[in-house]
This record gives sequence, C-alpha cells and structure tokens, in this order.
Amino acid sequence: MAPTVDFHQSGDRDVQYVKAGKRRLFVNPDADAARKVFRRKSRRMVDKTTTVKEAVSRLIHDGDYVASGGFGSNRVPVAVMHEIVRQQKRNLCFSGQTSTHILQILVAGKCIRACDAAYVVGQEVRGISQVCRRAFESGEIETTEWTSAALAWRYKAAAMGLSFLPIRSMLGTDTLKQSAAMELDCPFTGKKYAVVPALYPDVAVIHVHRSDIYGNCQIEGIGVSDYDLARAAKKLIITAETLIGNEGIRLRPEHTAIPYYLVDAVIEVPFGAYPSNMAYCYFADEEHLQDWLEAEKGEETLLKFLDKNIYRCKNHWNYLLVNGGLERLNQLRQKEHFADRS
Amino acid sequence: MAEYNRMELMICLAARAIEDGSTAVVGTGAPCAAAMLAQRTVAPKLMILFEAGGVGPILPSMPISVGDSRTFHKAIDATSMPDIMESCQRGMADYTFLGGAQIDMYGNINSTLIGDYERPKVRFPGSGGANDLASLCWRTMMITPQDKQRFTNDIDFITSPGYLTGKGAREAAGLPRGSGPYKIITNLAVMGFDEETKRMRVEAIHPGITREDVIENTGFELLWAPELEKSNPPTQEELDILRNEVDPLRYIIGRA
Repeated sequence: MAPTVDFHQSGDRDVQYVKAGKRRLFVNPDADAARKVFRRKSRRMVDKTTTVKEAVSRLIHDGDYVASGGFGSNRVPVAVMHEIVRQQKRNLCFSGQTSTHILQILVAGKCIRACDAAYVVGQEVRGISQVCRRAFESGEIETTEWTSAALAWRYKAAAMGLSFLPIRSMLGTDTLKQSAAMELDCPFTGKKYAVVPALYPDVAVIHVHRSDIYGNCQIEGIGVSDYDLARAAKKLIITAETLIGNEGIRLRPEHTAIPYYLVDAVIEVPFGAYPSNMAYCYFADEEHLQDWLEAEKGEETLLKFLDKNIYRCKNHWNYLLVNGGLERLNQLRQKEHFADRS
Repeated sequence: MAEYNRMELMICLAARAIEDGSTAVVGTGAPCAAAMLAQRTVAPKLMILFEAGGVGPILPSMPISVGDSRTFHKAIDATSMPDIMESCQRGMADYTFLGGAQIDMYGNINSTLIGDYERPKVRFPGSGGANDLASLCWRTMMITPQDKQRFTNDIDFITSPGYLTGKGAREAAGLPRGSGPYKIITNLAVMGFDEETKRMRVEAIHPGITREDVIENTGFELLWAPELEKSNPPTQEELDILRNEVDPLRYIIGRA
C-alpha cells in the first residue's frame, strides 16, 4: 500500500517554522533514514545487465514512490513504464515533475495512487490527456502541489544528503498552500524562504544514450534533473540506447553523468525512449502521441489502444513493430537530423 | 497598410517589448515566436533559455516541447533544469512569458484548476515551471486573449505570483525584490502595472479597438495611463520575418 503516514515530523525538538503547505508528503525526507539505505547499497562494480521484465519485477513494488528521468516527451523511459503496466503494479506514488507521457502511461494502466504534481495533465502544445484529467478531477489520485524547480531542488536536496533546501519560488501563492513545503526565515539575513523537503524516490528510471554493463552512463543533450535524480533515488534502473565497453567510459571520464555505484539494473533497449524524442538519435513520433490523445477520449478506444500497444506486446521490440518498425524509426531518425526536409 | 491577424499583432508587440542584450526564458508557442522575431529585429543579441536546459540555441524551427532537441540546436549550452532555474534565482533572467486560464488585476495567474483543490471542476496542467519563472525572472510577460472570464478578480487558484495583493506584497512574501509582471499583451490592448498600486493599467489600445471594448472584456476595474497610446500595427518587415522565417508552417500565427 502507498504510505498513509504524514512524514512532517520533527520529534520532540522545538523547531521554528511556519507550516505553509497543508498537503501530505509521500516520502520520508530524513537524511539519516536515507543514509541507512545508501550504506547497504553495493559498491561492487559487477555486471548489472538484465531484462526489463526482470528489473521491474525485482526492483519495483506496489506502493513504491517512482520517478522518471527525461522531460515531458523527451528521453523518457517508455519501455520500463510499459512493463510496469503489464505487470500491473499498483498504488504507486509518482513524481509528476515534467513527465507527461510517462504519467499518461501509468494513469491509463491504473498504477498510480498519489502524485507530487508540478505539471500533470498537459502534453504541452499537443493538448490535454483526458485520462489524466479524469483521474485528477475525480480525486482518484491524491495530489500535493509543487513546481518544476521545487521538485528539481527536492531531488538536489536528496542528492546532497540533506533533508531540505530553501528556495525563493512558490512563495505567496496557492501553489505553496497546497504543497507540503514550509516557510523559514534565513538565520543570516532574516529574509523569508520557502523550504522544500528532500525527495528520495524508492525507484528512479532513466533512459540514457550509452551505458557499460556496470551502469556507468553517458547522456547527450540536456540533462534535465537526471544528475540529481540518479543520486537521490534509493534504487535506479537504467535503460540505454547502446551498451558500450568500459574502456569507452574510461576514455572520456568527464562524460559520465551517472556512475555505476548508483545503478541497480542496466538494460540495453534500443529506441527505448520511443515515441519520445531522443536527442541526436530520433525525433518524437508526433502521430503516435496524437493517437494516444485520441484513444483516451473513450473507454473502449483506450482499452483497444492499450491492448495493441502494451498488453499484447511482449516487450519494447513488439511495441516498435506494431507502430511501423524500422521504417518508421528511420523516418524519425531523419526528422531528428533534418534529413526529412528535401 | 499591411494586412495582419491579431496573433501576428500580439507577437510583434511582445517582440518589441524585449530589450537587446537581455535573456528570456520562453516556452513553446507564441512566446517562442516573439523571442525569435525579436532576435531578427529589435534584439539580435537576445539570449533564449528553455527551462529543461537549452541555452542560446539557433532555433531551426519552432520547438514542440520545451525539452525537445530543437531547444538546444547549435546552442551554446545544453545544461540542466536546476542550472536554468538557479540562473533565474541568481537574477540572470530578464524576461519570461507565461500563459494561464485566469489573471487578476495584480497579475496573479491561474494555470492549475477551476473549483476547489480536492475535487476540481477542471484540472489544468498546473505550474510546471511557471511559478518559478514568475517568482525569479525580473519581468514577467503574458500573451493572451482578453475576456471577462479570463481577466477576473475571482481567480480560483493563484498558481504563479503577480504582485499578490499589491505594493510590497511580493517582498513581504519573500519573493526577490524588484521582480514581477511587466506587460500583458492581448488581442485588445497592452497593459502594464501602476507603480503605486501595482494594479493593471492600460498603456496602449490596438487599432480599431475602443476603450469600451477593453472595459467590456475585463472582469475588474482597470487603471488607464494618462497618455493612452495606440499600438503600432506590424510592419511589412516584421510580418515577412514572422511568416517566412519564424513560423512558415503557421503553427502559431494560423491560430488567430
């Protein structure tokens, strides 16, 4: 089950703060509790390659707090999310920072019970996900309100091994009132800050350009919040476009965005971000993303769509195949490189 | 005189409000078009930032997502969201552009919901980075259609801060000094904010629009600049750039 306790707690100590937000915290921000978990994490550089099916089954459990790397419909770990739906994980909490397409998948699969909400039902210029909208309007999903930067800085606080960070946004608004943030006066300047609790997800899933078998990863293009998220998460699943040899990592160590000791599983999933955009590899499949939005308009059409694209697919290869396979992927590759403009 | 539609007019007016050599955090759609037009006209040294991490791209076409690969095409940096937001927090972002379902007379914006929080009548995407940008950038701009439902003091939810309850309220809440709403550009008028009260104030009315049109389409009492200006329509040069270079497929300007 998802957590039902409220993690706002300071024990017997007299702590000076103003409780600004009235919503619940879904994960414990305590830094010592996190250290206990990280102390047990293996430091051994061993082969961590596996399958998507095995990783999801072993590392993601009902009630877990899950976070996704990437941004919106860009470099998001679609293959793992489809598998979460296929394995019918339930009562997950989700970090709704920017991952619009991932949230769309998990809500359609009825996997989500609670959500830290920064950007949740929209698909940017493409429109609104009706399935997400219905779930958020009906109260089916419990929410606590945040902003994109607040969630980025919550990951950062966790990555730093802290329990909170002061920030200068959210202040004065209903976004703050419907969050679980607090207000605190700066002990040096007396100025007022919003303080946000560290976010240590149970599991993060990040799709990268390259990884070796140990989980040393390289990411190209924008990093979004993934550098901090990888460090904040108690468990980390990596899918990679390509597996490379360890010598490839050692040749350019400054390109390592995620070192192996953060990683629990590595799976090579070519086109693993499809139908999202993978920088320098392939553009987003706009037609397929529109089909998603269309299918969501009715229950029958959605079930049929999920059946075709998720439930009846054994793995990501099958999903790529039912959507045009290599020919389609090559079109998206051309689009990414502007080669489709003749 | 050149023919133009109201979206083209709004984009041109927004572009002209940008100072050269400044920085602007933009999203997709009309704000991105305005920034691209500004770069080709009044502000060639404008640097564009995207919240997902793109810095100073040479935009080959309109991005679909603020995180897609176009947002860092031939860019000077492909960084992270916290890095962009921290630049804003340090005071290095001059402009941002926001949208929303409701705005009140202090420039507070709702993009979260209609109704109450636990069982909203309509749920919108929420803040995303909007609250952060409205809090941390020096000048917030908005390009929006104007009507009574949208321009209202009965705002259901303050997602992103304008001047909150008036002069001094942002600073009292802890927001950075000297930041806040700057221009609201609509299909009818250009509005700024009164120095003393921080209330919305009409500065210019578009060609063919009357004072009454503006009043009728606003749910609260507006202030008026003593010398009300008439908006200059787009020039042929601006329209050519907008139509041929910025938005040749008419994604944005075709929406008017």
